[in-house]
Amino acid sequence: MQRIGVFVCHCGTNIAATVDVKAVAEALGHEPGVVISQDYQYMCSESGQELVKSAIREQKLTGVVICSCSPRMHENTFRKAAASAGLNPYLVEIANIREQCSWIHKDIATATDKAIILGKAAVAKVHLNTPLSSMESPVVKRALVIGGGIAGIQTALDIAEAGFDVDIVEKQPTIGGKMAQIDKTFPTLDCAACILTPKMVEASQNEHITIHSFSEVADVKGFVGNFTVKIKKKARYVDETKCTGCGLCTEKCPMKKVPNEFNMGLDNRSAVYIPFAQAVPKVATIDPNYCMMLRSGKCGVCSKVCSAGAIDYKQQDTFIEQKYGAIVVATGFNPINLDKYDEFAYNQCPDVVTSLELERLMNAAGPNGGTLLRPSDKSHPHTIVFVQCVGSRCDDEKGKPYCSKICCMYTAKHAMLIREKYPDTEVYVFYIDVRTPGKNFDEFYRRAVEQYNVHYIKGMVGKVTPKSDGKIDVQASDLLANEQLHIDADMVVLAAAIEPDKTARPLATMLTTQMDTNDFFTEAHPKLRPVESATAGIFLSGACQGPKDIPETVAQGSAAAAKAIGLLCKNSITCNPCVAHSDELMCNGCSSCEKVCPYGAITYIDKEFRMPDRTTKVRRVASVNPAVCQGCGACTVACPSGAMDLSGFSNSQIMAEVDAICK
Amino acid sequence: MNKNLKEQVLRSGGVNVLKCMRCGKCSGTCPSYGEMEYHPHQFVYMVEKGDIETLMKSESIYKCLTCFACVDRCPRGVEPAKVVEAVRLAAVRQQGNNHLEPSEIPALLDEDLPQQAIVTAMRKYAK
Repeated sequence: MQRIGVFVCHCGTNIAATVDVKAVAEALGHEPGVVISQDYQYMCSESGQELVKSAIREQKLTGVVICSCSPRMHENTFRKAAASAGLNPYLVEIANIREQCSWIHKDIATATDKAIILGKAAVAKVHLNTPLSSMESPVVKRALVIGGGIAGIQTALDIAEAGFDVDIVEKQPTIGGKMAQIDKTFPTLDCAACILTPKMVEASQNEHITIHSFSEVADVKGFVGNFTVKIKKKARYVDETKCTGCGLCTEKCPMKKVPNEFNMGLDNRSAVYIPFAQAVPKVATIDPNYCMMLRSGKCGVCSKVCSAGAIDYKQQDTFIEQKYGAIVVATGFNPINLDKYDEFAYNQCPDVVTSLELERLMNAAGPNGGTLLRPSDKSHPHTIVFVQCVGSRCDDEKGKPYCSKICCMYTAKHAMLIREKYPDTEVYVFYIDVRTPGKNFDEFYRRAVEQYNVHYIKGMVGKVTPKSDGKIDVQASDLLANEQLHIDADMVVLAAAIEPDKTARPLATMLTTQMDTNDFFTEAHPKLRPVESATAGIFLSGACQGPKDIPETVAQGSAAAAKAIGLLCKNSITCNPCVAHSDELMCNGCSSCEKVCPYGAITYIDKEFRMPDRTTKVRRVASVNPAVCQGCGACTVACPSGAMDLSGFSNSQIMAEVDAICK
Repeated sequence: MNKNLKEQVLRSGGVNVLKCMRCGKCSGTCPSYGEMEYHPHQFVYMVEKGDIETLMKSESIYKCLTCFACVDRCPRGVEPAKVVEAVRLAAVRQQGNNHLEPSEIPALLDEDLPQQAIVTAMRKYAK
């Protein structure tokens, strides 16, 4: 006979204000098997836990039901309390009467009824609970960082510093990411390359770090401490081990009309290229879409001039498989496509540019060698208009609903740099709000206004019209003066909203991590677990989790590294014992479970069975690897014969809960 | 502030003026801006404040071309042209204080005015 204890928590007024806790305890006391039913102000407090422990000892309880908050909060607390009193921790059930009841209802009678029903379901389930014991699983002492921007580099360096091996997978031919494209950084105006490239070199020289450039994650299997990742190394048609990065091939390549993505398409590169001088690894890559040898078999110049013999036109994509204990996602961001904002004439006029394009236009390694010239006629611009919030803070249909966070500061930076370098240039910034929270940020913006006399105008540009004389008519409102302005500009710079990289969504599916509606990765807790994903062993670094500037990105990169190191330091981790198991006598070997298992935990084995007539028969049956199974339950739903079941959440337990609720 | 009037304008316009983030793009894009006493962003703000009678009296409600440039470009989907249209409707629908007295007509006549317009005005405004 079961002896069940029920404990109903007030949670201060969180539960007690909406649920009549005494009535709940009283009602659940009459349930079959319940020998003690109490309420208490804070069950999670020391004295609350002591109540449970002493009840287990004195009443010889065989099961415990706690009616309290979500099991995400305190299930562990009560399991540990039960274990210390000698009860198997998996004989404790939580009825969530806070998040799923008191917080969402206003009427006390309704909420109390619902709390009683939830309690009854938990009691019905605990009747069928069986003692479970956890297993240990080893941790692979190697981390994977996906993305080689400043976030990924920082995370990799910190993990390597702790003595663990780290692999960086970067889809571009070089690491460095967006920061490598930026000219100067706010609020100190130091050169981005000068502070980034030492870190890139450090990463390439660190013996613990392996950089897989021009590579992508193709497949992820496994679970925390034991991921198996397939990495696709895309064919670059150059042998990385032989190429010395001398650059002779890029000089001699006759195909020079390829839009240079590093300079945002503002100039051209050759078909065989090294993205920029400080690229890491400094290895050439052949672009198969433009290389004449790869397209038509006629050329071969690069192969002839390469003294190292590194060119290999027959190179194929290769796949490598590696095991990791932890994975850090650092996939970063991109500016949005501006095609749908016709009013800014971005597609009609080459002198209307995005801020990232302006970075390249002003950079010494950019298309104009650092002199700011109009892309259309290479003349000096004398009037420049900046437009803020292009595609940010919009209605869902019009753009991104969030603030892109970095635009106010980089626009102040651009305006200031232009006024510093070309004092005869008039600079206008149209803003909705100037948002500058951050150390030395508002001071920086004020400097642009007070010291550099940048014209900040509260209002928005409504229409940009390229004129036949090469000027651009900017029609905008000045809300404080209550007038409509027409500015004869030479250039217009759009602060385009930023969005997560397009590779993030398929990656999230592979990693079984969550994303929000904007495709930013969701953190496990918005305040208290900001760098962990809800999936154990997957950590988040940089702008893939939300818009961030460089200092924040670096801070988060280091925080993600700290979390990954915490995991890698352990020799083994305790596995969840709530895993699937198959009843071999019922299994018909259909493979349905194997197909739906996201962790690859199910394999099929041929096993001999004794038949009633004393013969033996070999049948194909499912076998679950309990160390790999994460207890998601997908197989139990897919199994057509009902052979698959989940410990701790068995079909009979769930049906008992449903029966209790529907009674 | 006339609460009923505000309610009527919001309902007939089908707009939520609280979505406005005061960026001023509507007034930045308006081709009729120079003709208007009150500009598109002011329409949105004044309707939010309930200051609608001022707008109804202003010529601005007839200067809006209903070109919908502001509706197309508003980042927040406030649809300012629909706000202007709603105020215009409120002016047209008001009763009792907009009557045309027959005695006033001779002074208003000019030779280009079609006779039918006078008849229509009498039907519309005389009780």
